This record gives sequence, structure tokens and C-alpha cells, in this order.
Amino acid sequence: MSDMFTKQSATATFFGRLGRHALRGIEQIGDATMLGLGALSLFFVRPWQGKHFVLQLSALGVGSLIIIIITGAFTGMVLALQGYYTLAKFGSESLLGAGVGMSIIRELGPVLGAFMVIGRAGSSITAEIGIMRVTEQTDALEMMAINPKQRILLPRIVATTIAVPLLVSIFDVIGIGSGYIVGVELLGVNPGAYMAELVSTVTMHDIYGGWVKAVVFGFMIGMICTYMGYRSEPTTEGVARATTQAVVVSSVTVLILDYILTSFYL
Amino acid sequence: MIRGEKLSKRYGDVTALSPTDIEISTGKITAIMGGSGSGKTTLLRLLAGLEAPTTGHVWYGDEDLCGMPVKRLYELRESMGMLFQYSALLNSLNVYDNVAFPLHEHTELDESVIGTMVSMKLEQVGLRGFEDLMPSELSGGMAKRVAFARAMAMDPRVVFFDEPTSGLDPISAGVISNLISETSRKNRMTSIVVTHDVDAGLGIADHVILLWQGCIIAEGAPESIRNSDDERVQQFLNGRPDGPIPFSRSTTSYIDDLTHKPGTVRFAS
Repeated sequence: MSDMFTKQSATATFFGRLGRHALRGIEQIGDATMLGLGALSLFFVRPWQGKHFVLQLSALGVGSLIIIIITGAFTGMVLALQGYYTLAKFGSESLLGAGVGMSIIRELGPVLGAFMVIGRAGSSITAEIGIMRVTEQTDALEMMAINPKQRILLPRIVATTIAVPLLVSIFDVIGIGSGYIVGVELLGVNPGAYMAELVSTVTMHDIYGGWVKAVVFGFMIGMICTYMGYRSEPTTEGVARATTQAVVVSSVTVLILDYILTSFYL
Repeated sequence: MIRGEKLSKRYGDVTALSPTDIEISTGKITAIMGGSGSGKTTLLRLLAGLEAPTTGHVWYGDEDLCGMPVKRLYELRESMGMLFQYSALLNSLNVYDNVAFPLHEHTELDESVIGTMVSMKLEQVGLRGFEDLMPSELSGGMAKRVAFARAMAMDPRVVFFDEPTSGLDPISAGVISNLISETSRKNRMTSIVVTHDVDAGLGIADHVILLWQGCIIAEGAPESIRNSDDERVQQFLNGRPDGPIPFSRSTTSYIDDLTHKPGTVRFAS
């Protein structure tokens, strides 16, 4: 009898804890949405944040360029190697350009590009805002009659939304180009066949799909990373935890959204 | 006149400030004093509108700060300044840009005029010539002085000082206290100074409010506070370790905890 009660109580505790986590998660999603939309609603409110937006675009976009080029190059190269190995078994090496192009434009460009931006820029957004909270710089802005949501959050959300598709476009070009070098120059695939298959297979629909993904990923990265920083516990440990959470939550969100968007765009 | 009416603040189960009525006279220096954790910074943040009270209202004249539209709140804040405990300088900007920041944001003055104003403010705090230094290159005292210059940049009518002298050497602390006193009197500024520095607080204030455990235990002119009969006031002013204000925050006896917990220390009988 007492065993049964113990089991029931353990089950109740488990579901209770699960419920509390779920409620906390829903509460956080609501809070993040309100905070992000609150910041975005200040887009058309004076003073304009043009200068700060350009600064952020430069910091996030230009700052992530090198890592995007390196990642794009090696992704294209490894795709060409793996693709060639598989296609050669069926005597279809000429399809290499189509395979590399489709994989990068539809899937790997937006997802890996977003991951790189999360690692390079997203984490620094969270840490920077978190440190501003710890050192009362956001309170100082408030007391100087400057809305920190408009000054700090808004330019970063807009900058990531614009920077990610631009970076993904560069990733795509570099990836396809490096795939060409490996496939054509190293493995001996016919250059005409590589380009012809690439052009005939990849449509504007695929390219738009990649861009839509990149815009959505960029927006979500901006929302999540600014939220995590702004709501971080104002301690050094709190900022460190928020930075880790921002990277994890952004990455998982990108993967979930990737599946949802792919299912719409297939 | 700034007035707090039945102001209280709770963080979860912890009461930082019990319902409190407070009046800050215009053009005077009011010192809010008390030990660590007595609720003085909470009270300051409520008066500055940086936090919403759990109960009560903050009145600036006949306007209630709580629930005030953000646009109006920011208009009001253009005539306010605040010196934060850890200076809160914007660490991406150098000394010049930190002091010029409110001027760039809220005025359309020519850069040469702003430059002159920044020079004046920095001269006032003895830091002219240090314009190009970054906050990370400043000592604690220098950072406080730059923060002071920034707080004064817009010639505010109300200034909040959160622990302006804490962590400073006696000379720097004296400089900051003098700056608060002189500037407040010269500009007829309403200054609210939170401090646990007894000499600084009683030395510069026109009115002193003493807090203990989130409640006001004494208020009045510095002389009346000095001559107060309240033992808690005297213990705080004289820094006595023994008295009605306990040093330990533990709610249970340590000896009882040790002797009554099974498996812990047993005293030989």
C-alpha cells in the first residue's frame, strides 16, 4: 500500500515538475515575444536608430564574414567530395553541380550560416547586453531619457534580420564555388556538366526559399539573443548562463524552424 | 516637491521596503542613510522610477510617476541626473563621449558648444585633459567623477546619488562630497544622496532619513539626527558593533542548530 503511495507521489512530483517547466517555458516565450515586439514597435518612433543599426550591421555582418567564408568553402568542398563518391557509384558524376547547389542553397547555407552567426555574433549580443545590465548601463540610459529597448534591442534585431540573409548568400556563392573547384579541378568532373546541371536544377523558388529561411532565422536569432541578454540575471554567472542558453535555444529554434519552413517550401 | 506615498517593495518573499511615506524638499540635499540591506537603494530606485513599487505612488508635483506614459517619463528624466554606485559609464565610449552623451542625445547644439560644455564639466571634476581615456583605463574615483560630470551635463533639477563615496579613498570621497554640496547649492538642485558614509551624509545634507530593515526609523536635520535618543540611530552613527541592530542576519541560534540537529556536534556533559 505504502509502495503504491510512494509511486503515485513520485509520479505526481515528476508531472508537477514537468508542468512547472512547461509553464515557465510558455511564460518565457510570451515575455520574449512582448519584449521583442515592444522593441520593434519603436522602429518608426523618433529618434531614428539608423546610425546604431549601421554600426550593428557592421559589427554582426562584417564581423562574421571571415567565418562564413571559411565555413562556406569547406562545406562546399566536403559536399563535392562526398557527392562525387556517391554519384560515381551510379555513374552520375555530372549531377554533382546540381547536388552541391541544391544542398547548399536550400539547406546547408541557411542553417550553417545561421549557426555561425549564432556562435560568432549571437553569443556576443547576449553577453554585451547582459554586461550592460550588470554594470547598470541600461539603467543609466533610462535615467538619461533614452529607451534601452529602442537603443540596444531594436538595432540588433533589425541588424541580424538583414545580416543573416546577406551572409547566407555569400555562404552559398562560396560553397558552390569551392564545390566547383574540388569537383572540376581535383576530381575531374566536366565543367560544362557541373554548371549546366546546377543552372537547370536550381530554380528561383529554391533561392527564395533559402532567403526566406535566412530572414526568419536572422529575426529569431536577434529576438532570442537580445531577450536572453536583457533578461539575464545581473551577475557574472547569470550572464554566462544566459549566453550559453542563447546559443542553445537559438540553435534548436533554427533546426525546428528549418523543418517547418522546409515542409512548406518542398 | 517629490513625494513617496505608502511606497513599498517586495522581491518574492523578501520585503525590501515596508510601506513608507517620504517627502523630498525642492532645492535641498536629502541624505538617505542606513546599513547594508536597509532598503535605501531600493527607495532611491523607486523615487527615480527605475523600479515600480509593489504598493504606493511617487509624486513629482501633481504627477504620479507610477503608470506615467513613457514619453512623459522621458521628458521628466531630461531634467534628472543619476550617479550610480559603480559609475555605469558606457564602456564603448571614451570620457568625452560619455559626458557629451546626454547633450548629443537631447540637444541640437553645435559640436564646438558641446565640446566647451564637456570641458567645463570635466574641469569642475578635475579631469580636463582625460577626454580620450576609456572607462576601463580609469580608477574608481576617476570613473565616479566622470559619472558625476555626465549626471550634471544637462544641468538637471533633480539628481540621485547612489553611494557616491563608497569604495573611494578619503580624498576622492571628500572631493565627491564637496562637488555634490557645492553644485547642489549653486544650482538650487534637488539632490537625493543614498549613503552609509555617516560623515559624508550628515556633512552635506539639509535633511536626513535613516532606514533600518526597510522602515524609516528617524528623519530630520543632521543635528537632530546626531542628538537622537534612539539607540538604533546612535549605534549606526557611532558604528557600534553591539546594540539593537544585530550584526548577524541568522534567524536561529547557531548553538541551537548545532546541538539539536541529529548527527551533528554533541557537547560533552
